[in-house]
Formats: sequence, structure tokens, C-alpha cells
Amino acid sequence: MSGLQIFNAHPALYWGQTATFARPWAAMTAVETGGRPIGVTQVGSLKVETTGLLGYSGEPRGFPAWATLPSYRSLTDGRRWHFFFAWLFVLNGLTYLAAGLASGHLRRDLLPTRDQLSPRHIWHEAIEHARLRFPKGEAARRYNSLQKAAYLGVVVLLLPLMLATGLTMSPAIDAAAPWLPDLFGGRQSARTLHFITAWLIVGFVLVHVAMVLASGLFNNLRSMVTGRYAIEVEGDAP
Amino acid sequence: MIRHPHRRGWLQSGLAAGGALWLGACDRLNETPMVQRGLARAEGLTRRVQRLVVDRKALAREFPSSAISRDFRANGSTSPADPQYRALLEDGFADWRLVVDGLVERPLSLSLAQLRGLPARTQITRHDCVEGWSCIGKWTGARLGPLLDKAGLKREARYIVLHCADSLEPGAEGRYYESIDLVDAFHPQTILAYAMNDQVLPVAHGAPLRLRVERQLGYKHAKYVMRLEAVADLVNLGRGKGGYWEDRGYEWYAGI
Repeated sequence: MSGLQIFNAHPALYWGQTATFARPWAAMTAVETGGRPIGVTQVGSLKVETTGLLGYSGEPRGFPAWATLPSYRSLTDGRRWHFFFAWLFVLNGLTYLAAGLASGHLRRDLLPTRDQLSPRHIWHEAIEHARLRFPKGEAARRYNSLQKAAYLGVVVLLLPLMLATGLTMSPAIDAAAPWLPDLFGGRQSARTLHFITAWLIVGFVLVHVAMVLASGLFNNLRSMVTGRYAIEVEGDAP
Repeated sequence: MIRHPHRRGWLQSGLAAGGALWLGACDRLNETPMVQRGLARAEGLTRRVQRLVVDRKALAREFPSSAISRDFRANGSTSPADPQYRALLEDGFADWRLVVDGLVERPLSLSLAQLRGLPARTQITRHDCVEGWSCIGKWTGARLGPLLDKAGLKREARYIVLHCADSLEPGAEGRYYESIDLVDAFHPQTILAYAMNDQVLPVAHGAPLRLRVERQLGYKHAKYVMRLEAVADLVNLGRGKGGYWEDRGYEWYAGI
């Protein structure tokens, strides 16, 4: 993807305003051992060999060719794709938020109700969820407390964080809004948070899609498109 | 169920082939001129919106001297091999002159001593490289705005081109150059720096003179500046995109 292409131009992460080149917080490097190059990934004081995946995959590079857009090294092309889709992301996000607020979807469907907030209820739902036992009857009509927490976390925390940390990396935006780099503890911190947040979103999408598959793909897709959602009545024969 | 002995092999090669197709498709898409043009349109949008929300005179953050990076990285040319530059360097830039010409009323030719006598500014700012890293340094130099007023820009002038002494590739097209518009040229923090961290500007960082155009990425901060040219448009320079890296695909507006 384009973000990994950009990351590969300097595959190291730091905290604060500036880069401490000799002491990165995390880095992917290629080092020569016994005449052969190997990939090494370092996070904090942890160092792992990641040859073929990170640091070295046929050539010294952060992420491998199959993970970057384009596959070959091109910071210019990576940036083009990245900023084009950043604009789509912003316009799409604004439309979603405006529609969600105007229609009451955010308040009605995503804010947890009082009864969903009791620790017992959350514990019960967590256990059911871990067993992949999905709600039936009327309970299936609404999002459960875990779903709401995950969706709200993505919609109001991770996605806005993605945008804000991205903007903080722009030197022009920093001149107009110096509170942005202050908020994240500096431009390099914002870059590191941008990277971490991106992977949290990838993680959310993977789990989300897995759950859509596990809880009935056809029914879920139909309800997304047409609003029609079949409910299994409790006590039915299994 | 009969286990096909080659099933796993088939699966693996199938996945590999699918992956290769996918990569090939992405790369081919990336190389389609129409796609490139479409993607590049976002740059114009970014520039217009940033110009709209960022005040013309908004200053880049300035830091205390305690924030200065001890390991400020030098990128691009760090020791130009160009014979003309080597000769100037050997003489301690005694014969070096900054030429200001193009669409100006009064072309100038200034020595380093004359430049040091012009209205100056010192600022401790963050340098953001397009690669992703940042360093903080202290810069002292002549403010570009008053210098251009001294030369008197003609009405048609819209850009200031910075012609440099260093080449990153052999041949005329390999010579480094950059350009900025008049919004940035007259910004109070836009200076032609002759000192870095209270020392004479080192060769690795662009001696004797480099541009500081805070609010844009590092490649706009042209080093080894020899000549300023005021122009009406950028099409007749290099490959027509307004800078060495711009000619090779980077954005002309580097505020992001």
C-alpha cells in the first residue's frame, strides 16, 4: 500500500519533534552477517530477524514488494496514491459523519444504552462472543456492547486520529495549527502514531470481516444493501 | 476423501501466481498516464486548500536553542563535484556572487559580504524531509523579500527560480534548481541562509548560501544557490516542472 511505500523511504520511527537517527524507537534494517544480508526489525530494545519480510526481501527495504504500492521503490508514486486517497477518505468521512448525525444513526445505534453498560452485561456478551454464539431474537436487531465499543472506537477515535496525525506531518498545516504537533508530542510522534493507528485499523477490518463471515455472510450483506435482516427466533430447533 | 499429493503445491503456486498478477495489475495501473494524471490532481487541491486555510504570513514554529538537533542529516548533494563549485570553494567563495536577474528592474550581483549587510533574520526551525525524518537547526540569512524589493520585481514576475551549483546527475538536466511562488518568497521566514547553528554554513548543508522556505519539505530548500531568476512561468526550465525533484515526479507544492 502507498503508506508502506512512503514508510520505506525511511523505515524508522521516533518519538518527539525530531529524528534521533542513531537511536530510533523502531526500525527495519538490512545487516550483513556471514556474507549474507539479513533483515532485522527492532522495536524498543527488542530485535528480531525478519529476513524475507521486513528489512531485507531480495534487497534492503522496510516492507516487501507485495505490500507496497507500487511494488518497486517510488516515493513519488506512493505519495500521489496516498494523498489522492487521503482526500477521498476525508470527503467520505465527512459525508458519513454528517449523515450519521442528521439521521440519528450514530446516537441511536452506536451509543451504548444504559443496560449495555453494566459490567455483568459486558462480561456476558464477551463470553458469548468468544464462543461465537451470536444473539438471536430481538437482541440481534441492535449492536451488542462489544460491537458498539469497536465501531465507536474506530469512528470517533482511530479514523480522526489517522487524519489528525497525517495533517501534523504537513509543515504548512503545522504553521497554521501549532497545537497539532503539540497535541501529539511532535511531528515524529505524529508519524509514529499514524503508523500504529493504521495497523490498528487493519486489525479492526480483519476481525470485522471474520465476524461478518462467522455470523452469516448472506444475511449481513443483504441487510447492508436492502435493510432486510432475517432474525433467528430463540428456541427454534437448532 | 482422496488426498491429492499435489494439492498443496497447486495451492501455493496458485497463490503466488495470483499475487504476481495482483502486483502486476497494481504496477500497471500505477504506470497508466491517465491514472497518474488523475492522482496528480489531488496535488492542486491540496495546494489550494492549504493556501486557503494557512494564513499567508503564518509562521512556522520556532524552537529554543536547546531543541537544536546534534545530528542534523545532510541529504541530496553533500559535497558537489562540479568544477565551477570546487574552484569557488577553494577560494573560500571570495569570487562567488549571487546573481539576481530575470524579470527585475535592477539586476544584482552580490558578494557574501554584501549579503551579510542586508536585512537578516535568525530562526530555529524544524526541517522536514520528504523521506519522513525531521531535524531542528538554527539558520541566519538575508530575508528574501527585501532583497527582491531591492532588485524590483517586474509586474509579470510570478515565481523565483533558484539556480544551484550542484548536479545530482551528469548533464544540464542534472543540475539542481528549485522555484517558489511570491507568497513564499515574501514570507518573513524565507531567507537565504549563510550561517547554520551560529557557524558559517557547512558545505554539506549548502555553502555558501541556501534557501530556507519553512512550511515546505526539505527538497524545496535549495542548497549551493548561485542565481535567483524572476520568471513568469516555469515551463522553459529543466523539464518544465519547476525543480530538479519536481521534474522527477515530486510535487511542486511541498507543504505536505
